[in-house]
Amino acid sequence: MYDAGKVIIGLVIFFCFFTFAFWYNMGKAAPAPKPKLDTPVIKKMVKKQCIEGTHFMRTTHMQLLNHLRDQALRQGNRWYTNKRGEKVWISLQNTCLKCHSNKKEFCDKCHNYVGVDPYCWDCHFDPNRSKL
Amino acid sequence: MLENALQGSNRYWGWIFFLLTLIGIGFICYLYQLRHGLGITGMSRDVSWGVYIAQFTYLVGVAAGAVMLVIPKYLHHYNPYAKVVIFGEFLAIAAVIMCLLFIIIDIGQPMRMMNMILHPTPNSILFWDMIVLNGYLAINIICGWNSLLAEKKGVPTPGWVKPFIFLSIPWAFSIHTVTAFLYAGLPSRHLWLTAIMAPRFLASAFAAGPALLLLVLLLMRKLKIFDPGPRPIQTIAITVCYAMIANVFFMLLEFFTSYYSNIPAHMHGLDYLFFGLQGYGQLVPWMWTAAVCGAGGILLLLIPPARRNYLILTFACAAIVLSTWIDKGVGLVIGGFVPNPFDRVTPYHPTLPEIAIAVGVWAVGAFILTVLYKMALGVRTERRLI
Amino acid sequence: MSMDRRKFLKIAGLSALVGLGGSEAFELLQPGALEASEGHEVEGGAKKAHEEGPYAGDKIRWGIAIDIIKLGENPAMAKKIITTCHYEHNVPNWGNPKDEVKWIWEDDYEHSFPDSYNDLMAEKVEGMPFLLLCNHCDRPPCVRVCPTKATFRRPDGVVAMDYHRCIGCRFCMAACPYGSRSFNWLDPRIALKREGRKLNPRFPTRMRGVVEKCNLCVERLDAGKLPACVEVAPDIMIFGNLVDADSPVRKVLRERVSMRRKIQLGSKPSVFYLV
Repeated sequence: MYDAGKVIIGLVIFFCFFTFAFWYNMGKAAPAPKPKLDTPVIKKMVKKQCIEGTHFMRTTHMQLLNHLRDQALRQGNRWYTNKRGEKVWISLQNTCLKCHSNKKEFCDKCHNYVGVDPYCWDCHFDPNRSKL
Repeated sequence: MLENALQGSNRYWGWIFFLLTLIGIGFICYLYQLRHGLGITGMSRDVSWGVYIAQFTYLVGVAAGAVMLVIPKYLHHYNPYAKVVIFGEFLAIAAVIMCLLFIIIDIGQPMRMMNMILHPTPNSILFWDMIVLNGYLAINIICGWNSLLAEKKGVPTPGWVKPFIFLSIPWAFSIHTVTAFLYAGLPSRHLWLTAIMAPRFLASAFAAGPALLLLVLLLMRKLKIFDPGPRPIQTIAITVCYAMIANVFFMLLEFFTSYYSNIPAHMHGLDYLFFGLQGYGQLVPWMWTAAVCGAGGILLLLIPPARRNYLILTFACAAIVLSTWIDKGVGLVIGGFVPNPFDRVTPYHPTLPEIAIAVGVWAVGAFILTVLYKMALGVRTERRLI
Repeated sequence: MSMDRRKFLKIAGLSALVGLGGSEAFELLQPGALEASEGHEVEGGAKKAHEEGPYAGDKIRWGIAIDIIKLGENPAMAKKIITTCHYEHNVPNWGNPKDEVKWIWEDDYEHSFPDSYNDLMAEKVEGMPFLLLCNHCDRPPCVRVCPTKATFRRPDGVVAMDYHRCIGCRFCMAACPYGSRSFNWLDPRIALKREGRKLNPRFPTRMRGVVEKCNLCVERLDAGKLPACVEVAPDIMIFGNLVDADSPVRKVLRERVSMRRKIQLGSKPSVFYLV
C-alpha cells in the first residue's frame, strides 16, 4: 500500500470523529420520561382510558393519527369506532387535546427524549392557549 | 475519468473557485429562504411563479437543444459532429440538473417532495414532467458517460448504448412538450392557453440550446483548449438560425391571433409585455430588447460571410441566447400572470436573495459543465485525439 | 368504483401479466364497472344533463347563492361575513398585498366578472359589493393539476385541501381561474401573533409553504352544522344541496336571476350570484 502511514492515521481520525457522539455521551443516558396524565379532564374521568389501550397508543399512536387524519380529512368520515365499539369524533385539537391539554408534559416530553419533531404543531395548537 | 477534473491550470482552478463562491452565496441565501419561506422572494398571490420557474422553463429548452447534434450524428451519420456531440450531451446533463434544482428551490415544502412519488397523480402534468426530466437525465448520463469511456479505451461505443441514444431523440422532444403542457392547459391564463406553445417551445429550445453550446465551443477555441473545426461550427450556426426563424414566426402567429381576433383577454398578456397595460410596463424594454436581439441574430446568421467571421458569429449567438432567455426566462412566466383573474396588474420584482439563489443554481450548472468538459478534454488529450 | 386502489392495482397488474387487453381487464374487475366509472366522469355532461338535470348521479352537491341585492342594502354585512370566516379558520391578515392570504373577500362587479363586464350596466349593480370565494367547481382545474392529490374533490362537491400533503408547488394557483387560492409565503403565525387577535381554538392554523383557500367549512358540514358565513348571514348566503330540487338554494335559483363567474371555462362553479 502506498502511503500506508498516512492512510492509517487518516482512518483512525475518521473513526474517532465518526464515533465521537458515542464516546461523548457514554454513561450519560437520560432517564426515560414519564408523560403526565394529571389534566383536569383526565382527573375527572371515572375510568381513565384513551380511545385505545395504553400499550397500543404508546406504540402505534403515530400510525393511528395518520390514518385518522386521512379518514377525516380526505374521506370526510369523522367518526372512529374503536376496539371497545365506542364512536369517537376525530379531531386532534377538539378530541385528543381536550383530555391531553398538557401538550408540554404529555406530547413534548417523549418527543424531545427520542429526538423527533412531528410537524403536527406547525398548524395544530393547544386549544387552551388562545394566543400562540 | 474524473481524475482529469482534479488537475488543471491556475485559470481552471480560478474559474472553479469563482463558481464555488457563487454557489456558496446562493446556498446561504437558500438556507435563509428555507428558514423564512418563499416570502423572501418578490412573488405574490397574483404572480405566484417567478424567476425560478422561468429559469426552469428556459433550461428545459437548453437541455432539449442537445438533440440538434444527436440527430445529425446518429441518424444521419454526419461525421463532423463526431467530436462535439459529447459536449451537447454533457450540456443537457448540466441543464437538466439545473431544471431539477430550480423546481426544488421553488416549492414551499421541499422536504415533502417525495409526495409526488408516494401519491402519483397521472392527471397532473407536473407528475409527467418529473418523469421525463429524470428520464432524460438518466439517458444522457448513460449515453455521455459510455461514449466517453469507449473513447478512452479506444473502442467503438458499445452496442447496448445505441438504443438509449435513439431513445434520447424523442425523449428530448417530450421534455419540452410536457413543459409546454404545464402552461398550455390552464384555463384563463390566456398568454399560455395556446396550442402552439409546445412547437414554439421546441423551436426556441433548438435555437437556444445549440446557440449556448456554440458560445461555449467558440470560447474553448479562443482559449485554445479545443478547436471543433469550421464545419461543425457552421452547421450548428445554421441550425440555430433556422430554429430561431421558426421561433419568431410562431411568436408572430400569436400576435396575429390575439390582435386580429381583438379579444381583450387574449391581447392583455401581449399588451403588458410589449406595450404596457393599465400604466404598468416594466417588461416593455426587456421584450423589445429580445425582439431586436432575435431579429439581429437571425440576420447575422443568415449572411454566410458574417456567419464565417467568428467575432460576428459570437455576437449573433449571444444575441439569440439573450433573446430566447428574455422571452422564456423573463416574459413568458410573468406575462402569464398579468393581468390577474380580476383584470388587475400586479408588478413583480425579484429580490436580491432570490436572484442570488438563481445565480447559485446557474453556477452549479456551470460547475457540472466545467467538470464534465474537463473530463472529456482530458480523455482526448490522453488519446492524442486533439 | 367500490374497490380500493390496492385491489385494483393487483388485478390490473395481474391481467397485464397474462396479457389481457385494457377493456377485458376492466371487465374482470366487475361487469359494468368501467361503464359506471366512465358515466361518473361525464356526470353533468351534455347527454345526462339534458335527461336528468346537471347533478344527476350525486346525492349531495353543496352550493351557495349569494344575494347581491340584499348585500348591497346592508354593505356592513360583507365585512362581518369576512371577519367571521377569517376568525373561524384562523386566516392571518398580513396587511400587504404581497403576502396576502384570504378565503372570502369583497370586490366590485367589474373585477368579479372581468370577462362579461357590461359597460352600460345598471348603476345599482355597478357599485354593489360582490363576495368572492372558492367556487368549489364541478370540474376544478386546480384538482386536475395538483401533483400529489393535496387538493381534491369530495363526493359532496367540496374542493378540499390536505395541508399535510401539499408540497407548495403552486400549480393550483396558476390553474385557478378565480384567484381563489393563497400561498403561505411566510409563517402565518407571525401575522396572527402580530395582530394579537384571539384564535379559534377549534381549528388549526396553517404552516408556511402550503396553499390554502375556502374549504366550505367541511369541518362544520361533517358535524352537521352550516358554513360559518351562512350561519352569520342566512338571508344573504343561501346554502343547500344543489341536487335536491326542494333545497333553499334550488328554490331561490328557480325564482331569481343568477350569475356564475367565468362559466365559459366549463369549470362549473357552485357559487351563484343573485341579482
